Amino acid sequence: MRTGVKVLAGTVVAASLAAAASGPALAQESVKMGALATLEGAFTVLGEDGMRGVRLALEEFNHTAGGKKIELVTGSSDASPDSAVRAARKLVEQDGVQILIGPLSGSEGLAVKDYAKTQPDVTFLNGSSAAQDTTLREPAENFFRFNTDGAQWMAGLGEYVYNEKGYRKLAVLAEDYSFPYTQVFGFLEPFCRLGGEAPVDARFWVPIGNKDYSSVIAALPDDVDAIYVALGGADAVNFLTQYEQAGGDLPLIGGSITVDQTVLGSKGRTRDFVVGTPSAGPISDTWDDARWAAFVEAYKKQFPDGFPSPSLFAHAYYVNTKAALLALDKVNGDLSDGGKAFRAALSDLEFETPTGMVKLDDRRNAVADIFLTEVIEGPEGNLVNKTIKVIPQVNQTLGVSYDDFLKYGAVSRENPTCE
Amino acid sequence: MDRRRRPLFFGDAVLAQVPPAVWLAVVFLVAYPSFASDFFTFQIGAYSLILGTISLSLMMLAGYGGMVSLAQLTVAGLAGYLVAILGDNSVGVMGLGWPWWVTVPAAILAAAIFGTLIGLISVRTEGIYTIMITLAIAVAFFYFVRQNYDLFNGFTGFAGVVPPTLLGVYWRDPVPFYYLSLAVAAFFFLAVLYCSRSTFGLSLQAIRDNPRRMRAIGFDVTLHRVTAYFLAGLIAGTGGVLMVWFNGRISPGSVGVDVAIDILVIAVVGGIRHPIGPFIGAVAFVLLENFAIDLIDRERFNTVIGLAFLLAVLFSPDGILGLWNRFGDRLRFRRPTPLQKLESSGAD
Repeated sequence: MRTGVKVLAGTVVAASLAAAASGPALAQESVKMGALATLEGAFTVLGEDGMRGVRLALEEFNHTAGGKKIELVTGSSDASPDSAVRAARKLVEQDGVQILIGPLSGSEGLAVKDYAKTQPDVTFLNGSSAAQDTTLREPAENFFRFNTDGAQWMAGLGEYVYNEKGYRKLAVLAEDYSFPYTQVFGFLEPFCRLGGEAPVDARFWVPIGNKDYSSVIAALPDDVDAIYVALGGADAVNFLTQYEQAGGDLPLIGGSITVDQTVLGSKGRTRDFVVGTPSAGPISDTWDDARWAAFVEAYKKQFPDGFPSPSLFAHAYYVNTKAALLALDKVNGDLSDGGKAFRAALSDLEFETPTGMVKLDDRRNAVADIFLTEVIEGPEGNLVNKTIKVIPQVNQTLGVSYDDFLKYGAVSRENPTCE
Repeated sequence: MDRRRRPLFFGDAVLAQVPPAVWLAVVFLVAYPSFASDFFTFQIGAYSLILGTISLSLMMLAGYGGMVSLAQLTVAGLAGYLVAILGDNSVGVMGLGWPWWVTVPAAILAAAIFGTLIGLISVRTEGIYTIMITLAIAVAFFYFVRQNYDLFNGFTGFAGVVPPTLLGVYWRDPVPFYYLSLAVAAFFFLAVLYCSRSTFGLSLQAIRDNPRRMRAIGFDVTLHRVTAYFLAGLIAGTGGVLMVWFNGRISPGSVGVDVAIDILVIAVVGGIRHPIGPFIGAVAFVLLENFAIDLIDRERFNTVIGLAFLLAVLFSPDGILGLWNRFGDRLRFRRPTPLQKLESSGAD
């Protein structure tokens, strides 16, 4: 019996490893779609809203496209590139998804794009990740992004604050990673070209989750006209509260997730202080348009426990999922050629989203409308973003040719230098 | 003491007396890629072996030395970073382009020295204070690499770090990479097993049990502990090199506190009394991490992972390994002949 026990103990690894070691089986009657979002870690709430976007699109198509049932498999990452690639690999290689929607965050997108190159027969559509180089430099043939990137989201804001607000010199405060770099670049590039200034030593980069902004506030120069703030979620709330308490009186300019509903909805005295803050992004809560209203209505109906209004994450996942479903319709759900026809259909796709028409450029990045907004006090005393202007069909190279745009260099803390 | 009767899990490494179960496990592990899919070979198999190797370094410190260090992942992370910094990466920061046969030994050695320094700092503390000091080091390293741009490229870290192509084999392909990980894991597994029965290993365990007595009879307690940190650093550093090759990238998130705690969880759940424990724990961890999301509502799958580990620790404080051993004891209890009983009690 001792031997028996030893066999048992010695093969424990064997037993565990052998569990379910079988390859994926492809069912012909249905199409397997994977959805990857941050369902753990700091961005959980955002990831959940992204998943709502996926389900909203599937519900709209009654879980059927091109005559085939869509089978959804979800995956989760924690916003780190490693975990995003592990989750993508599991969905593709184990669950056998033929289409993958995701990921959510900027650096994850760069990693999943690199992974996509190793899986040429699987079609990847972005979730909401908005780093520039996911599609700009060394793009993957099978990675499509039907949402715009963080630099596109800033379209029109630089010109607006220079011309309309009359700002000439700015300080910058942003989180220290790829997405805010992209936003700062997109904002400063036109602003500086017009003649504005944002000295490198007046740019402050804080880690995500920074709580204490007193040293940043003390170091803010006096001779600037306004502060451009690209912080998200709790970071934005913390900064605004502390800046207000410190008696700060400089006007603000907001990044795409700095003055959105997650921040404006928070309690406290920051409220009056942010009224009048201009910002820009891929959606506008209060856009007076039937397509947007219908989208918000559908979102509220399907997810009573969601946000009061869909976030840009729900929007981006929705748009990308819908693109996949529309293209599936076009090829009658036929992915038997390794998705070649499907990807061709995606490349040619042009369709109506809740925020206007979207189409792709040569590197499979979206060209879409961007909303210039300003914070106002709403009818019920709540703060909302008023749509000032819709900037139509913004492309990734912000209006210049691809080769000229590459000369601007990769986004970083010091690009553009702007002096 | 009759050595032939000593059970495997207490560290008998004489080749001729290796029981059939071990041969079975060896055959299984070697044959594994022939029937497993690429996904199971690479992401389950190789990844378990890598996590197991890093956890093994913690098991060695905690199980034999009584020193629970949360900084072993930090040591592994340093080795991973050094591979990206000294070798090639696709980010355009650092990447000195040294050949792999310089980069890899340098990274492992530097990691081991770093581990030794951690040992020097924390070795005079006991129990919870060791955990706190090593946790502080892990957190400091995490924030340092996140905010240092010149050397560690800050938040973005490094990407495009790949193993070399050698002998016509691209070592990141699933099957070669699996065998590479298996070879490394097996080497360190046997090394730790051997070490635990050596004079050094036995004195280390004696120091764990009663440092004052060991000091009184003339052993250099500090030196033994620091040496253990150095050896554990070699193991963790090698695991770190494999980890960066596995992911192809490394960033501050790879050396964060949550991952450091994962390493501790793997060691504790697997069992820290025998070097096989961390590998069992790693397999359980990787399987749960990958498949828990399929078992339950996607918003609750982390709860499943947590509950599984809670149950494992609750019902078996010495991990899955302890569960197996106790299961074995129970089976043995049913039909022992008086002679067997005598022998087994003598051996244990």
